[in-house]
Amino acid sequence: MSIQDYKSRLSDPASRKMETFSYLPPMTDDQIRKQVEWIVKHGWNPAVEHTEPEHATSNYWYMWKLPMFGETDVDAILAELKACHEANPGNHVRLIGYNNYTQSQGANMVVYRGEAV
Amino acid sequence: MAAKKYDAGVKEYRSTYWEPEYSIKESDVLAVFKVIPQPGVSREEAAAAVAAESSTGTWTTVWTDLLTDLDYYKGRAYAIEDVPGSDDAFYAFIAYPMDLFEEGSVVNVFTSIVGNVFGFKAVRSLRLEDVRFPLWFVTSCFGPPHGINVERDKMDKYGRPLLGCTIKPKLGLSAKNYGRAVYEVLRGGLDFSKDDENVNSQPFMRWRDRFLFCQEAIDKAEAETGERKGHYMNVTAPTVEEMFKRAEFAKEIGTPIIMSDYLTIGWAAHNSLSKWCRDNGLLLHVHRAMHAVMDRNPNHGINFRVLAKLLRLLGGDHLHSGTVVGKLEGDRAATLGWIDLLRDRHVKEDRDRGIFFDQDWGAMPGVFPVASGGIHVWHMPALVSIFGNDSVLQFGGGTLGHPWGNAAGAAANRVALEACVQARNEGRELEKEGKEILTAAAQHSPELKIAMETWKEIKFEFDTVDKLDTQHR
Repeated sequence: MSIQDYKSRLSDPASRKMETFSYLPPMTDDQIRKQVEWIVKHGWNPAVEHTEPEHATSNYWYMWKLPMFGETDVDAILAELKACHEANPGNHVRLIGYNNYTQSQGANMVVYRGEAV
Repeated sequence: MAAKKYDAGVKEYRSTYWEPEYSIKESDVLAVFKVIPQPGVSREEAAAAVAAESSTGTWTTVWTDLLTDLDYYKGRAYAIEDVPGSDDAFYAFIAYPMDLFEEGSVVNVFTSIVGNVFGFKAVRSLRLEDVRFPLWFVTSCFGPPHGINVERDKMDKYGRPLLGCTIKPKLGLSAKNYGRAVYEVLRGGLDFSKDDENVNSQPFMRWRDRFLFCQEAIDKAEAETGERKGHYMNVTAPTVEEMFKRAEFAKEIGTPIIMSDYLTIGWAAHNSLSKWCRDNGLLLHVHRAMHAVMDRNPNHGINFRVLAKLLRLLGGDHLHSGTVVGKLEGDRAATLGWIDLLRDRHVKEDRDRGIFFDQDWGAMPGVFPVASGGIHVWHMPALVSIFGNDSVLQFGGGTLGHPWGNAAGAAANRVALEACVQARNEGRELEKEGKEILTAAAQHSPELKIAMETWKEIKFEFDTVDKLDTQHR
């Protein structure tokens, strides 16, 4: 292959990334399910957050309800992700796995991507 | 206790410093040395000599010994073990009472236990293999300025290893050209770029110019990608005053992370810098230039696990700790041992990984181990599997050597990393299925595809010099 240009521009909103997994294609429903299973398997507390794409660099996105403490039902977690996405169709929606032992996030990934701005 | 009489002359060390019946205390500093004695010196005498010379002893009795309770202050050899696979060497276990050491002073501990004894005539060679720091000493030390979890929060990066790259060529670029290389790797998807250890402030690129151009690169890459970025600005300098001047400037221009070389700048200087980093909110990346002088010879020196433990006590947020798979030295089991010692709260004795003592770190935060040197996209599945999330993976040539340039090289590494993390989370075995995982990811990334073609055949398979001691070596 001949040398290719790296297509990233300040002027092109599509260049904005959203951290973990944002360099991969958007996840399919099946792929999202497997990531939810990973969070449940570790005993982390699942949580859903969302934001307008233009405010994505803030630490604090909007919480969708409260973190689902102790929730291990994968379908229930997937349903909340979908509900948040449907209520906020233009927004980025991310899935978090809160690890209360380390006081950190064991997982954090955008599963529904809003319109780039 | 009956008073002793003064008896001048030379006594055998073992009569005072060999105490196989001693039961160790929670508060003792424990050390294990690998000892090869001179011919004709017994193991007990050599072990006792090491205990004596690294604590209270000198070669002859002196009358002032009787003014204190030497039995309390002395270090004592309390156990001897065979070294697997060696006829000459043995392990000597030594316990030192807490009173021998100044609180919070790593400098004092090592001035004492590896001070004069390494040149001592009764031993042919000597290697400090491990040290157990009691909890009272750990809590008196400063520790990492921020630690792994705070760095994740500050940099907003979760659920994956961090990605970095050392800018090359190591020496000779102008500050502006150097900043260009930094900008390209950051916009391509890396979290960090890094000054090489010997990039300080040479005539071709003074530190102040480098810091300013690199900061512009960070700012633009952040605006372009929407992600947080950093460049380890090396503040290693000829004097402590100069080092702090550079650190202050780095803070002034708003950079998130600086770096130092803890062995060459000296531990006292490093400890001061680490405290300054916590006070000023800058992360501290720590390089280990000169370590192999001390840790590579299997019979003499200081094992890296000890150097890693003492860095956690001195303070650092990242420490270079070997790759296992790249061009630099690294026995896999031993490396896994010391990366646990950097990250975990409590580490159990595990001889299969070279860990001789339980080590309790109390509430001290962990340090990110950094794997750097001679690694490229094909190593990614093994690296993610070996190091896990809490690590920094640094690809220098493996980023900058990409046929389409730095940004494409960075993107290739980022795609490979995320594909491996995603596959691992899905329950796939990275070291077995690495090729399929990367090949599938390359379908969506021409940058990764061409990187895989470029580096396919490169391997580093020289034998490790510093191996764990095992039978049938």
